[in-house]
Order: sequence, then C-alpha cells, then structure tokens
Amino acid sequence: MSTVDIIGVTKRYEAVVALDSVSLQIGEGEFFGLLGPSGSGKTTLLRAIAGFVQPDAGEIRVDGEDIRGKPVHRRDIGMVFQNYALFPHMAVFDNVAFGLSVRRRPQSEIRGAVERMLALVRLAGLEARRPSQLSGGQQQRVALARALVTHPRVLLLDEPLGALDKRLRQQMQIELRQIQREVGITTVFVTHDQEEALTLSDRIAIFNEGRAVQVGTPAEVYERPRTAFAAHFLGDANFFRGRLVGVADGVGRYRLPRGEMIDAPAGDAPPEAEAMLAVRPEKFSLTAAGPAPAAVAGANRLAGTVLQAVYSGSSTTYKIRADGAAADEEDLTVFEQNRAEQAFAPGERVDLVWSPAHTVVVEP
Amino acid sequence: MAIRAWVRWLGGSYLAAIIGFLYLPILVMMAMAFNRSPLYQVPIVFDTIWFERLAGNEKLLGAAFNSVILAVANTIVATTLGTMTALGFARYRFRGRTVLQLLLFPPITIPWLIIGIAMLILFFWAGIGRGRHAVLLGHVALSLPYVIVVVGARLQSFGVALEEAAATLGATPWQVFWRVTAPLVAPGMVAAALFAFAVSFDQFVISYFLGAPGLNTLPVEIYAAIRKGFTPEINAVSTLIIVVSMGLMLLVARFYRFTGER
Repeated sequence: MSTVDIIGVTKRYEAVVALDSVSLQIGEGEFFGLLGPSGSGKTTLLRAIAGFVQPDAGEIRVDGEDIRGKPVHRRDIGMVFQNYALFPHMAVFDNVAFGLSVRRRPQSEIRGAVERMLALVRLAGLEARRPSQLSGGQQQRVALARALVTHPRVLLLDEPLGALDKRLRQQMQIELRQIQREVGITTVFVTHDQEEALTLSDRIAIFNEGRAVQVGTPAEVYERPRTAFAAHFLGDANFFRGRLVGVADGVGRYRLPRGEMIDAPAGDAPPEAEAMLAVRPEKFSLTAAGPAPAAVAGANRLAGTVLQAVYSGSSTTYKIRADGAAADEEDLTVFEQNRAEQAFAPGERVDLVWSPAHTVVVEP
Repeated sequence: MAIRAWVRWLGGSYLAAIIGFLYLPILVMMAMAFNRSPLYQVPIVFDTIWFERLAGNEKLLGAAFNSVILAVANTIVATTLGTMTALGFARYRFRGRTVLQLLLFPPITIPWLIIGIAMLILFFWAGIGRGRHAVLLGHVALSLPYVIVVVGARLQSFGVALEEAAATLGATPWQVFWRVTAPLVAPGMVAAALFAFAVSFDQFVISYFLGAPGLNTLPVEIYAAIRKGFTPEINAVSTLIIVVSMGLMLLVARFYRFTGER
C-alpha cells in the first residue's frame, strides 16, 4: 500500500492552465475520486501521476519519493484506460500476462499469477479468447486484471465504467470496490459521473478550471458543498440569495430579496454580508398551503405554486415557483419520495418546509 | 417490383462491364501468349512456342531478373524508411510536422515524366549520375509517400492508448515497439510493401532516365523490344508476371486483412 502526494502541481498548455497548483494527499489503500466536468484538469492530473504529462511545477510523490523524473514504465503503476486499451492481437491470457512477461518473470510464475488474477475478476476459463470476443463488462475485468497482476503501488482508473450501460455499470461499481478492498491498493480514479464518484470513493476531489475546489468524503462534499459549483456539479441544488441580518446561537438569519427569512448555519460571515444559500431538492418537504407562511421556529418555510410534477416510480420531481419570484429566477426543484398519500398537481399551492441544518452557505 | 428487378439487372451489368474492362485486355493477352500465330489469328492454336523462345531470350530474362532484384531492394528500403517516418508523424509532435505531411502528396500527383527529368538533372548536378544506385534512389523516393500514407493510416486506426497501456505495465519503449506497435502495424506494412514493390516493378520513366545503358529493367526492355517489332514473347513474359503477382496478392490477402482487426 502506498501514499500519493500531489504538491502544488501546475500544468499549462500555452494559454490554457490545465492544472493550477493542485495539492492532494491520498492515503494508503484509499479509493480517491477525481470528479469534474471535461476540461477541468482531472484527467491531466491522472496522466501526470502515470507519467504521460510532465508538470510545469510542483511535485508528485509516491510513498514520499518524488517520481517526476521517472519514465512511465518504471513508475510501478497499474492503469485502466477509458476504452480498456486491451491488446487486440493477444489472447486474454497474454493481455493479463503482459506486465510480468516484459519483466521477464519465469513462465511458471506468470501462469500462476495470471490464473489467480482471472479468478479474482471472475474470468477463469476465458484465457484463450481474444478481447474482441468478450462483452464490455468482461473486457473491463481483463483490463483490471492486467493492471493489477504486477501488484503496482498505485492503481489509476480513467473513466473505467464509462463505456458500460447503466445496469452493468452499477454492478461493476460494486465489484470494482470489492476487488480494490481485497487487493488493498491505493486507487485514483477519474469520472464525470457524480453517482459513480459518490458510490465508489472514500474521498472525492471536485475539479473546476484546473483547481481542486473541494476535497472530502462523499457525504461531506454532498451535504456541505463549499461553492455553488460544487453544489451544482455534485447533485442538484436550489440557490437563494440573501443578506445576513442576525446571528443567534450560531444560526444566521438571512433575508431574501422579497423579505422572507431563512435560517442557516452562520459560519463567520460579517453582518449584512450578501450570501448564497444552497438547498438539495430532497431536503424539502411539501405540504398543502397552510395559513400565513411565516418563519416557524426551527424550520424554514416558503410558499409557492406547483408548475410541474414528474412522476418516476419511487419519487416525484416537482418544479415549484416561489411566491413573488422574479421572472428571471430559477424555479425550485423538489424531490419527494412517493410515501405521502397526497400528490400535488400543477397549479396547487404548497408550502416548502426544510431544516436550517440543510441550508448551506456557499461561495457564489 | 419490376423496377427493382430492372435496377438489379442494371447494377449487375455495370459491375460486369467494369470487371470486363479491367480484365478483358489481360485475358486476350494471356490467350495470345498461347497462340501459335504471331499475327493474332483466330481460332487460337494452342502452343507454348513463345514460352520456349522466352526461355532462350537472355535479354528479356536478364531484364526481368534486374527488375525483381530492384523491386525487392526498393521494397525493403522504402518500407523500412516509410514506416519509421509514419511512426514519427503519428507519435511525435515537432515543428513543421504538418507542412512535411502536406508535402507528401504532391509527388503522387506530379507526372513521373517530370519527376524523372528533375531527378536526372539533380543526380547529374550532385554527381550521383546514372546506374543501378540512381534507379534505386529514384524508386525509393517515389514509393515513400505511398508507404507513409498506408502505414500512417494503420497507425491512426489503433491510436496511442495501446502503447500507453503497455508502458504503464512496465514495458520499455523498445518492448512497446516490438510487442505492441510492430505486430499491430504489420498488416499495414505488408500492404505498403506491396505498393512499394508494384511502384518499382511497374516503373518505366524513372528507370529509363536514370538507368545506365545496358542495365535495363523489364519495362524498359519491353519498350525497347516493341520499338524493334512486337513479338508474342512479350505476351508470354507478361503472362508469367501476371500469374506470379496475382498469386502473391492472393497469398497475402489470405494472411492479412488490410482493414484491420475486429
């Protein structure tokens, strides 16, 4: 097991800054997700760890050793590529054996190691097949076995499940996580799929414009996004603009432009500060409009009108316009589990109620 | 329904016309190689007299031998150099790469006559002169663009990810080349080698201009023979060449699919 330290890594391509002084500490055996839109720098960082990209500044350390000067083939990494990059001219056995074969290990050792790996990824018996004769999921497993057979210090995964359909992807997520735990290898993986990042990672770094804007466990990053970008990119979020008008017991009271009050953890914002508040769609609960929506003790409350209700089995997604919302303001998105007897139809008046604890002050 | 049948018939006839247009002259020539009459009289009287005469024609056989040796040498040199160039174009970024790649194509379109004259002038000016070496140099220069384009297309088709994957697995650049790049690019190299062989074996103008007197390749010798008066021995030697080259093509096609794996 190994640690990976990224220290102030910067990479420029002419005018474009692909990585802007990124620092991350990845612990032993950790499954670390790099999440971000395309062009955010996550893939550049992965390729810098692999050795395909030379950073302009900063250090990359594996177990404390600076590996910048090392060529790719001496870095002792395993990598699974986006489209697996299996060697089409070799059988499954030779694909998996490749890493040992170029290290000139004895045949008997190679045979045993490949057999163990194929058993680990549940592909025993397919040694003689060509990659083109395998399904997408099987190819993915061959790629994983090939990357792991040399017991590398670090496993790098570049959108490893991106080419699979949804059901298979979910199944492979579980399997991938299981194999990673079994082998105990430090793993860095790149994805633009937020659900995949949340399911697989011990910790996530969210990338935007070459910077790691937030690092934390999936729950931390999801529940307490630090910026509007993080809130928006990982999951859905509704945003309110408000002004801090008072603080009591660490709870700040914010006045929205229309005069309603919303409570949220205050942090250390100065009084009268403009703030952006984010609320996840599933944090709201909907009730039929009650008398005079006002600030209820311990809960936030807004009144609005249902514009649209999209039923999708276990849940319903509502679009709701808050009373007095400006024409250019985004409608609110609300997820409701279909447990309540009551469903709401477009045009109905509703109250949205949610906890101040689920209201997050984010950087715009 | 009637229209569809009619379209099918039209399509079939069109295909037949194309194939006929390509192969009929060759078939006629091959038939005449076995005709006893030197004046193309029909009905054909089967005879192998022209092949027997050919066996005694040392000039024509010597020229054929020259051509084969030259074509083989050209194939080896042009395929090696061209593959290296294609690898450079496909796998490295350097200044002037795009310009160089664009410069590959004009020589394919410039008439051989003009290239031949230009080479003759250059070779004399540079002191290279005429002879076997000059012809080989000219053939290599002519074949290179074909080799680079064919091998380059093959390299493009499997991309750089396989080589990168091999490197992450611990393969040195040398191992990456021999275990991944070379086997995958081999079908492209075989196709390119066939092109190089054909360019050299067919080549008349360059060979005529740059060859030393008395050192003729087959096309040059045939041309000289025709000027003196056509004999069916030419048909015989052409028939042999067609049979050998078609056999070679079929053999290669059996072992390699030019379109690649998958």
